[in-house]
Amino acid sequence: MRNGPLLAVNDLHVTFGRGERAVHAVRGASFEVAAGETVSLVGESGSGKSVSALSILRLLPSASTARSTGSVLFRGRELMSAPPAELRRIRGNRIAMVFQEPMTSLNPLHSIEKQVTEVMLVHKGLRPAAARRRAIELLERVGLPDPERRLGALPQELSGGQRQRVMIAMALANEPDLLIADEPTTSVDVTVEAQIIQLVKGLQAQLGMALLWITHDLAIVRKISDRVYVMHDGEIKESGTPTEIFERPRHPYTRHLLAAQPRGRSSASRPHAPTVMRVENLRVWFPVKAGLLRRTVDHVKAVDGVSLIIREGETVGVVGESGSGKTTLGLAMLRLIRSRGAIYFQDRDIAAMRASALRPLRCQMQVVFQDPFSSLSPRLTVAQIISEGLFAHGRATEVEQQVSDALLDVGLTPEMKDRYPHEFSGGQRQRIAIARALVLKPKFIVLDEPTSALDMSVQAQIIDLLRALQERHHVAYMLVTHDLKVVRALAHHIVVMRYGAIVEQGPADRVLDQPQEPYTRALMAAAFDLEASDPALVAT
Amino acid sequence: MASRASTLGIAISPLSRRRIESFKANRRGYWSLRVFLVLFGVSLLAELIANDKPLLVRYRGRWYAPVVRVYAETQFGGFFRTEADYRDPEVVRLIEAEGGRMIWPPIRFSYDTHNKDLPPGVAAPSPPSAENWLGTDDQARDVAARLIYGFRISLLFGLILTALGTVIGVAAGAVQGYFGGWIDLLLQRFIEIWSAVPQLFLLIILASVVQPSFWWLLGLLLLFRWMSLVAVVRAEFLRARNFDYVRAARALGVRDRLIIWRHVLPNAMVATLTFVPFNLTGSVTLLTSLDLLGLGLPPGSPSLGEMLNQGHANPQAPWLGMSAFVTLSVMLALLVFVGEALRDAFDPYKTAA
Repeated sequence: MRNGPLLAVNDLHVTFGRGERAVHAVRGASFEVAAGETVSLVGESGSGKSVSALSILRLLPSASTARSTGSVLFRGRELMSAPPAELRRIRGNRIAMVFQEPMTSLNPLHSIEKQVTEVMLVHKGLRPAAARRRAIELLERVGLPDPERRLGALPQELSGGQRQRVMIAMALANEPDLLIADEPTTSVDVTVEAQIIQLVKGLQAQLGMALLWITHDLAIVRKISDRVYVMHDGEIKESGTPTEIFERPRHPYTRHLLAAQPRGRSSASRPHAPTVMRVENLRVWFPVKAGLLRRTVDHVKAVDGVSLIIREGETVGVVGESGSGKTTLGLAMLRLIRSRGAIYFQDRDIAAMRASALRPLRCQMQVVFQDPFSSLSPRLTVAQIISEGLFAHGRATEVEQQVSDALLDVGLTPEMKDRYPHEFSGGQRQRIAIARALVLKPKFIVLDEPTSALDMSVQAQIIDLLRALQERHHVAYMLVTHDLKVVRALAHHIVVMRYGAIVEQGPADRVLDQPQEPYTRALMAAAFDLEASDPALVAT
Repeated sequence: MASRASTLGIAISPLSRRRIESFKANRRGYWSLRVFLVLFGVSLLAELIANDKPLLVRYRGRWYAPVVRVYAETQFGGFFRTEADYRDPEVVRLIEAEGGRMIWPPIRFSYDTHNKDLPPGVAAPSPPSAENWLGTDDQARDVAARLIYGFRISLLFGLILTALGTVIGVAAGAVQGYFGGWIDLLLQRFIEIWSAVPQLFLLIILASVVQPSFWWLLGLLLLFRWMSLVAVVRAEFLRARNFDYVRAARALGVRDRLIIWRHVLPNAMVATLTFVPFNLTGSVTLLTSLDLLGLGLPPGSPSLGEMLNQGHANPQAPWLGMSAFVTLSVMLALLVFVGEALRDAFDPYKTAA
């Protein structure tokens, strides 16, 4: 069997639940991974790609809730019927996995040393001292700075990127033949994402292992894979080399997926439009308290001296990595959190205004949040959600008509108004959230990562909708996002933030095409070309 | 409005509908609820089931309803201007002499009726007989009648205490969780100090100062009982005030009161509701134990705790202790089963699927 594929999955079916409620998550998926090859499994959420990966190692919950049939051959050995002892010998040893969320996949109670050496103690029977030496070597290899000192650290003392490096070190500890990476870069920043991809590809070349990369991100797929499988509704729709898939997609779903990338550019900028929102030297400092009397000893400067201007009908894109203070800035501008500095909304200083004086102005500045599942109250109907603001501002005349108009405005139908949020898809829910903001005819909307929680094919629709609404109503947007593709499609003006301060700002074309600051350049390279930059320049 | 489900004009969200279905699917809990409601309903009509007055009296061509109205003995041709004692053979003779009739409830004793006609040689507490189905207690009062009244007063006490305690507790928890800061800090410290006050000593002191009535006792226990829910509600509010839809409502300019009422409270109520049946059993047990110690309801009240105490004092009369014990355990078991079913029905991990 030496010359067969390393891993061959044949006609895999996975079903959750029983009877009428059964969910057929994977329906007859077949794919192969040859030794030393990089294979991508790409699909949107709910396509069954992660479930397929988990069932390779039989890591799904117990047989009572999930049933899988089919065949999984690893080096010609059937894993579906393998006894538990044999499976344990393969897991973490011959086949290793890296998961999406580095925070929850590391045990917060154990030190890095304990977690990295565990696999070696279990599988190789190394003595603790030898395992420790090997752990340091591995952590050096995955580029964790100062590994000897970090051995005693707990996972929460490391950054997201560092934790993901530790996860990779653990996976590589026994030099596996196959590494399954389940969206390993989804929850890290773009610059870190580029570093992780570079690291894994480098290690793959050194160790000659095969890589099964599960992702929803087409840019990564194109960058790294030798072969691609496109998955949808639990079935493999199409497979081939990246060139075949991207240049000559045969299946309609693949074509749909490729067409769904955020596209288009914002309308022409209007430099003489009146200013809607202006902030000067805005600061949000969270006190750090210590000691018996909880005295303030220091501040976390989430936003530190930011000044910017937003004009009518324009979009200002605020980009930055997580922790750069961009969301905090948005909330502070709406006075949803306490801040210092001046905030002028239509030339009125709202920073010092009393809450009661501010309330009538609230209808003119609105917000749309990232997660459409948590931003709509599950107990209210769509009509109740959308009309809430109308009642709050005493504009409750012809409510039905206003709600219907708002629904039509965002591409939904008025018949939907008596339904509850859970009956809608993520994209539809985000449309409802936009309708809730729009019904008050605001002048200014903060869009806090409006597309990040959505599937990629829906992202493009929401972006098109936002652009159309801006042209129709001349609303000013402040677009907070980490996704530079979204910014490119919507923003007139870009503000790059880091550590709570503005690194660079200017017209969108200039910032995107000729970034001045080294940090901006690194961000652009990571986002558009997945090229890692000097670690000194960006966070790790 | 076709897609909107409603029952009796009250809109039921699909979530609640799923919870009701999940509750009904738990057969033990659903049956317990039905049995409990029947028992509680019956006990509310205690006056019509166990009473020392007839339900209806036919006398000289007129109907009298002694259960609801007071008639003097003179109205039936007797001597005394006081209320007629229908168990008195003299009164019975007066009514029957005129060809009148009396329709009696199934049990011809109220909770405070002393059976003066125990057979010769039988002393109170008397064993079960055809007249006293579960025997009598040490003052010759009918045990079955006292059980029905005692069941009712225990439950009413528990329900009122739990309802008031829940309202106060939810309000206090809501204020703490939603506003946070100094209000939260001060109320938290107050609760810590207040919960350290020994309730039992306070009750003993009270018992020596005033005769504790139903409402006195309720008020005093309420002073401490409301704290049990505060922590849960506060935690729910702390969590919910950072939900995006609460933020969105604030951004819309909705007032705090309305945000609490419409967006945050429904979330907190789920956690609260699952605790309520257990709080109710706790309240019932509390009253029973106070009665057992003699610190509870005034003497003579029909109370399960007092009956348990009698059973303890009269080991030769096992019907006393057994009756109270069985009633109490059936009631508490039913409430716990209902509570469990309710808790499971509200469990998001069980209803989500």
